[in-house]
Parts: sequence; C-alpha cells; structure tokens
Amino acid sequence: MKNYLKFIFVFSFIFILGITNSIQAKESNVSLLKPNWTFNGFFGKFDRAQLQRGYQVYKEVCASCHSMNLLSYRNLSEPGGPEFSEAEVKALAAQYEIQDGPNADGEMFTRKGIPSDRFKSPYPNELASRAANGGAYPPDMSVLVKARPGESDYIYSVLMGYEEKVPANIKLEEGVYYNKYMPGNKIRMAKPLNSGGVEYADGTKATEEQMAKDVVSFLTWAAEPHLEARKKLGFKSVLYLLILTILVYLVKKKIWSRIESKV
Amino acid sequence: MSEYTSKSEEKFQPVQTNKVGGSPYTGVLGWIDNRLPIIRMFRHEYLDFQVPKSLSYFWSFGGILTICLLLLILTGISLGMHYKPDAKYAFESVEKIMRDVNFGWLIRYAHMNLASFFFIAVYLHIFRGLYYGSYKEPRQLMWIIGIVIFFLMMATAFLGYTLPWGQMSYWGATVITNLFSAIPLFGESIVTWLWGDYSVGDAALNRFYVLHWLIAFLIVGVVVFHVIALHIVGSNNPSGIEPKDTRDTVTFAPYTTSKDLVGMLVFLLIFVAVMMYAPNYLGHPDNYIPANPMVTPAHIVPEWYFLPFYAILRSIPDKLMGVVAMVSSIAVLGLLPWLDFSKVRSSVFRPIWKQCVFLFVLNFFVLMYIGGAPAEGIYLLIGRIATAFWFAFFFILAPLVSLVEKPLPMPQSIHEFEDWKKQGKIKVFQFFGK
Repeated sequence: MKNYLKFIFVFSFIFILGITNSIQAKESNVSLLKPNWTFNGFFGKFDRAQLQRGYQVYKEVCASCHSMNLLSYRNLSEPGGPEFSEAEVKALAAQYEIQDGPNADGEMFTRKGIPSDRFKSPYPNELASRAANGGAYPPDMSVLVKARPGESDYIYSVLMGYEEKVPANIKLEEGVYYNKYMPGNKIRMAKPLNSGGVEYADGTKATEEQMAKDVVSFLTWAAEPHLEARKKLGFKSVLYLLILTILVYLVKKKIWSRIESKV
Repeated sequence: MSEYTSKSEEKFQPVQTNKVGGSPYTGVLGWIDNRLPIIRMFRHEYLDFQVPKSLSYFWSFGGILTICLLLLILTGISLGMHYKPDAKYAFESVEKIMRDVNFGWLIRYAHMNLASFFFIAVYLHIFRGLYYGSYKEPRQLMWIIGIVIFFLMMATAFLGYTLPWGQMSYWGATVITNLFSAIPLFGESIVTWLWGDYSVGDAALNRFYVLHWLIAFLIVGVVVFHVIALHIVGSNNPSGIEPKDTRDTVTFAPYTTSKDLVGMLVFLLIFVAVMMYAPNYLGHPDNYIPANPMVTPAHIVPEWYFLPFYAILRSIPDKLMGVVAMVSSIAVLGLLPWLDFSKVRSSVFRPIWKQCVFLFVLNFFVLMYIGGAPAEGIYLLIGRIATAFWFAFFFILAPLVSLVEKPLPMPQSIHEFEDWKKQGKIKVFQFFGK
C-alpha cells in the first residue's frame, strides 16, 4: 500500500507538470481537429506514399512562399522518410537551378541541383520574402510542426480552418483572411489548398482534406526525420527495462529475505 | 640554550612521512592499495558500509541523481563535439545533431529530458529531506551543501537552455540576465559585463556555453563533498533514530545496492518512456523558432522546474525585492536546521509538522501553476498568497510547530521501529488524515 502511494505521488507530480504546460500552450479556446495520424501511438509509422504525395503538395503549393532550409534533397531518399529512390531524388534535385561558385575565374555560376543541395528557397532572403508577401514573412517549414503548440494537429487545423463566413466581430484588413484556428483568427496567408490543386501521380483524389493530411504528414517527417527509429527503439528499450526491472526486483527480494526472515 | 643545540633526543617527536602499507590485500591489489588506498576506501565506504535497515525507496534518489549527472555529462560531451556556440550557427548546429549525426537525436533528446528528470529527482530528494528531517543535527552541513548544488543546478540548467538559441533561449536569457540590473548602483554595468556587449548576442552565447560546462563540473566537485559528508554523518532513515547495533543496520552491498538499483531502474523506465514517446512534452514549442531579437514571444516562460521561483519573483512588485525574494526563497532552506528545532527528526512521529510539509508541497505546485500563468488578476493574488506561505512555512510554522507540537510515542531503536511497522502501529508514508 505504501509503495502505491509513492507511485501515485510521482505520477501526480508529472500530471501537474502536464497541466502547467498545457496552460502555457493553450492560447485560443477552439479545440483543434485531430485526424488519425499514421505516425501517432507507440508503433506509429509514416505512410511512404503519403509522404511522397505530401512532398508533391509542398513542392507545388507551399514552396512558392515557404522555404525549408534545413532539408536537403538527399533526405528524401533516406530510410524513415518518403523513401524516393536515389534515381528519383537525382531527377528531383536536377529540376532546380542552384547558384554555386566561385569557380576558378572567381565567377559565380548556376548549375543543376544535386541530392546534397539544400531545398532551394523561394526568396533570396527574408526581406525579399516580406516584400513579396505584403510585409508578412512565411516561416521556414523545416521544424514548423514542432514550433507550434498542438504540432501536427495545429498545422492541419489551420489548413482546414479557412471559412467564407467571417464572424461579425472580426474586421479584416486588406490581404488578411479569417481562420478559425489561427490565434487571433487572422492570417495573412490566402487559403492555400483547394480541391484538385495538385494532380497526384498515384491516382489518389486530391481533395482538400487529403492534401492537408498528406502535406502535414510530410512536414511532421521533415521536423522529426527520425521519428520511426525513435518509436522503434523506444518500444525495445521500454520493454527491455521493464523486464530488467522485474528481474532486479526479484533479486532484491531474494537478497532482503535473508535478513527479513530473521526478524 | 635553544632546542636546536640540545643533545637530548627526547625533545624530538618521531616522524614518518611515508605511510606505505597497511593494506588488507595482497598481490597487485595490495601493491596498489599500499601506495594509494582507494581500494580499501572503496571497500570500507561502499561494500562494508553500515546503512540503516529501514531506508525506503525515497533513499534511492541520491543514487538516481548521481546516475543522472553522469549521463548528463556523457551526453553533454558528445553534444559539445557537434555544437557551435555562435549566434549564427547555434540553432542550425543543434538541428544538424538532430538530423545528420548518428543517433544525434537520441543523445540530444536524452540530454534535454535528463535535465528535467534531474530536477524531478532533486525535488523528490529535497522532499525526502523535509519529511524525514534529514537536515537536522548532525546533517546540517550536508543539507547546506545540497542547497549549493541546487543553486548550481539552476545556473547550469538556465545556461544550457540558452544554447539551442531558439526564441525562448534568447528571451529567457534576456529576462534572467536583466535581473542583475536590479542591483543598486552597479546594476547596468554588471549586466553589460555579463553580456560582453550591450545586448544578449553572440558574445553572451559564447560565454554561456563555457559557463554551462564549467558549472556542470563544479557540480561534480560539490557532489563529492556532499557524499563525503554523507559518509561521515551517515544516512538518516524513516524512523529518524540513529542506528545502535547490527540489528538496526545492513551492509551497503548487497542490500542497499540492490534496493537502489530497483529505484534507479524504475526511474530510468519512466525517463526513457517520456524521452522516446513525448520528447518535447517538457519543453516549449517556441524554442524551435530561431532566436529573433525583433520579435518578442507572447509569453516568456522559463522551463517548468523554474516556475515556482519565477512565480515568487513576479509576485513582488519591486524588481530588486523580487530578485531578493526569489534567491532567498531557496537560500532559506539552509536556515531550516535552526528554524525547526524539534528534537524529533521524522514526520512519522510529528503529526502537525507532517501536515505542514504536505501543505508546503501543495503550495509548491500552486506556485508552479502560477509561474506558468500570466501575471495578472487572480493569478497574481494567488501567487502573492503562495509566496507569503512559502516564507511563513520557514519563519513561522517551523519554529512554532517545534515549540507546541507533542511528538507521538517513539520506538527505542530502528529494529523496534521495523517491528511496529509490521504490527501496523505506525504508517511510514501517509497523506492527510488517517
């Protein structure tokens, strides 16, 4: 009984931590949309085809404004990600013109992209990007999912949170849109996903919901490229420690029985 | 005539500067032990060492903290080999560790979460001390050394949190270093000196990195003192009674070691589960946004383990007094051995003090909640009441309870205590009421 109380104590401690954290995280009172992500849970994994579709949505829609500076084309073929073949990645990278140099004459030159290049940014710098977007800066998407409370659910909700009918108490300025899930309900990004906005090579129907799910899965992988390895190793190590703890506990009981029987 | 010229031999004390010998070991071990008696010492302090028989799992946290510290240093050294303390590259170098370094994600998440679990363990360790009166004669100095370690831990944790150079790193560093500006007369100059610049920037990050390492190893040094002191004064135990004969004690190995190992493994299990399945749960999402001096986050909050003290800081309207209150809220723990002068150590026999300690813990959580909430309206009021209670606990409750409380009847020895426990006469760990 005594031991149970101790455990209750420890857990209540962690529980209260959770509460404290959640009040920091909660900015608006709208509860987020929570689709069934394939990567949730103890055995969560990404769906390769979904990541590949998600990359297509990023490339054809998001990438016109949002950079992903921390990713290289080679990442797209690495295990645990979209796992394009190396030939596919070479072809993908070659679609971009990358500035390189200086060469032996001291001149900068452009060449075709190679897998080790970082994703090409839509703008040369932040100021150029602000100038093109009415003063707003489309954030870099490399770790965007981890940088928002609610993570994947939040990004998905924002993508799905555009509504035509604007509540009467919200006044929108020029170039600002209403979004149900954005803190303050105002967003400077126009509705990015519209049904049929991309044409999927695998024949999946490109509904708004499908594209949002695909691109958020892709962004989740981009922010946490080793998620699958982590969950796999996590399960193994928790199982190992659980068995070891039970065994050591039995050893301890055996050792202590030597003196407890004497009392 | 001076002594030097005296011919009398009796005036000189014999001297032997060479103390080689005396080892109970033979062979190679004996050869080493005769010249450097660490093997004897290890055996004496860690194998044959007598420990009270009645230690509960609450006594595992010393060992747990040692493991945490070692793992933090180990993971920290690996991280240091890849990290760049430069305002331009810090954020990206951490991301490089997360993406490209082999098992870098594991090492970084381990280091990050270990910091949190180090504090969980240290708070439980301190709670143990409060509940069972481990700060009382003759353990006052060990308790004070422990508080020094806690201060150093807070400094290291704060410095470490600035290193990824995310938004919370930057703004946390700005808020905390600005506290020094509250020092009268020299405040501003001290802050500039700390920053090495006129704002938090590259110079500050570079020195924070150096100091993060330095203080981490200072902790190791002070922990050595803490442990030496422990081996002199001996462990307290749930009964609060000193052991008298071998019926009261067990040898450190294998009894304490096996029990500590169980405690460590349970702790490690919880830690690994959190690290592997919710690695960012205890962190703040804003720290995945690169530091930007032009954009202030909506709420600047410290790490969870600082929240109670942050709440105390903010509940005082005056900046200087706020800083004084925050620092003294921890330092006051060092006075507890003298503020609580009851002769009985363990709360098991102190019905009123026991309730006070639980209220103190509850109040700690209230402050933690307030520290994470915005400093306004009802939160501010509750924060002020909780801050007042924090100090009242030490300056009013501790002496008052020692004076008026009538301790419960106590057993004569630890083995009698153990018998009482088996007969159900006493409950060792109990929440409010019966």
